[in-house]
Amino acid sequence: MMLIPCPHCGPRAQAEFVYERTLDSVVALDAGADDAMNSLFTRTNPRGVDEELWRHTYGCRAWMAVRRHRVTHEIESVQPVGPEALP
Amino acid sequence: MGRYSAFSLLRGAFNGQSHWQPAWRDPEPKKTYDIIVIGGGGHGLATAYYLATVHGLRNVAVLEKGYIGGGNTGRNTTLVRSNYRLKPLHDFFEFGLKMWEHLSDELNYNVMFSPRGAMFLGHSDSDMIRLAERGDAMRCSGIDAELLTRDQVAKIEPLLDMSRDARFPIVGGLTQRRGGTARHDAVAWGYARGADRQGVDIIQKCQVTGFIRQGDAVIGVETTRGPIGAGRVGICVAGHSGHVAAMAGLKLPIESQTLQALVTEGVKPMVQSVVMSQSLHCYISQSDKGGIVMGGDPDNWPSYAQRGNPMITEGAIAQAIALIPALSRLRMLRTWSGVTDMSFDGSPIIGKTPVPNLFLNGGWCYGGFKGTPASGYTFAHTLAEGEPHPLNAPFDLDRFRRGDTIDENGVGPMPNHR
Ligand SMILES: Cc1cc2nc3c(=O)[nH]c(=O)nc-3n(C[C@H](O)[C@H](O)[C@H](O)COP(=O)(O)OP(=O)(O)OC[C@H]3O[C@@H](n4cnc5c(N)ncnc54)[C@H](O)[C@@H]3O)c2cc1C
Ligand SMILES: [Zn+2]
Repeated sequence: MMLIPCPHCGPRAQAEFVYERTLDSVVALDAGADDAMNSLFTRTNPRGVDEELWRHTYGCRAWMAVRRHRVTHEIESVQPVGPEALP
Repeated sequence: MGRYSAFSLLRGAFNGQSHWQPAWRDPEPKKTYDIIVIGGGGHGLATAYYLATVHGLRNVAVLEKGYIGGGNTGRNTTLVRSNYRLKPLHDFFEFGLKMWEHLSDELNYNVMFSPRGAMFLGHSDSDMIRLAERGDAMRCSGIDAELLTRDQVAKIEPLLDMSRDARFPIVGGLTQRRGGTARHDAVAWGYARGADRQGVDIIQKCQVTGFIRQGDAVIGVETTRGPIGAGRVGICVAGHSGHVAAMAGLKLPIESQTLQALVTEGVKPMVQSVVMSQSLHCYISQSDKGGIVMGGDPDNWPSYAQRGNPMITEGAIAQAIALIPALSRLRMLRTWSGVTDMSFDGSPIIGKTPVPNLFLNGGWCYGGFKGTPASGYTFAHTLAEGEPHPLNAPFDLDRFRRGDTIDENGVGPMPNHR
């Protein structure tokens, strides 16, 4: 289990969080069909660091951007996200 | 290497069993092959076997970064069934189930296929409606499925908690009596031995680190044992499809997630069939050695670590004990996990890629072991002919772009959300 530092609540057990999707897979409202398809369905899926959206479901319920290593599970950074951060 | 038989065993009785030979060679890689299969799991080895036996292609190599069968093939919970609701899925897996039924004979290797029945439990009226729909869909395709009453379920599995105040009340079930389990390691070893006998080179400790390109086309692979040329290349690397495809510049509709399982100490027979519940997230069976094998959900977030989160096993154990209270008395022997390819409609991807000469077999999620024979057979066809077999045609990579996904669980583009 990971310890995720929520930008609002501080470090909390991963059990309180839900992984949503990668940051680059948020579909822009004005995306064309091909871009929407790519955002929805394809991933770089690196064996290394990726940028992910997580949600503090059983806490403040806010979404956050997490830079996390997918082999070691080391969390490099957690940033709050808001409408201005989304494409 | 001779055939295994009662006679060869008996012969060994007179020479201290000293005549046994390694079941496959350990060749040096050649400069070039007609076809290279990346990944020596059950799927890669079966593909090579059918390339040789069905298509007569002998200049074939399987490249494995570790040792064969050391990936998900050796880590799964060995369940084999074809009880899917959607037609492309149940047709594919039924073709495979028919192959399982005579696989030991065909390979001259005992894969210990054990059709002890695969049973979904129903916990509510709505569960029973879903199970009946699924059974109907299967029966319409000529696949066995039997809707069971509460009493019939209790008769098959007497240790299930059938009391009225059970934590998860059981109101009925759906069983596929031809489903069951098979010995996972034996499947890899049997296909390896069969392929090797046909001249296929099985090259272990040989990791593919890149693709050799000519223009767009793939014409070989870079490996930790040097470059090797190839007419066609098939990717068969289970949880690692994402980063292997990335070496060819491809982004796939796949995310890698950890899936765990556990086994208890061995006990006398107490679970007769394979017990699964889709409303809960656990499944239970008993291995031939007597251990109770259990599994549950994937970890639900991307990971390449071959270790899982104890929360998930704890959840699966809690559900299993609620279904069969006697399990609480058993000691857990070990837990383990594998890296699985979660595809974005929950179905496998077998077919061509946009890169000429490069083919993909991946996205098996948590269900690819049962598909091993059919996967190998159809992928071998696809590699040999350059075109899909009718059974794997619906599972092409392009289906996501066409909006033609095969989404048995209704997960849409979020396989990790249930
Ligand atoms: C815990 C668990 C339980 C499961 N339970 C079931 C079940 O009950 N029933 C069922 O049907 N399915 C089940 N599955 C799924 C099933 O195990 C897999 O879908 C299936 O085994 C995949 O087979 P494979 O041959 O493609 O993969 P693998 O056996 O994983 O083979 C892929 C191979 O590719 C190699 N490889 C990777 N990268 C490279 C590279 N760059 N170069 C060379 N080689 C490489 C790996 O070392 C590996 O040996 C389960 C999976 C897990 C993890
Ligand atoms: Zn919070």
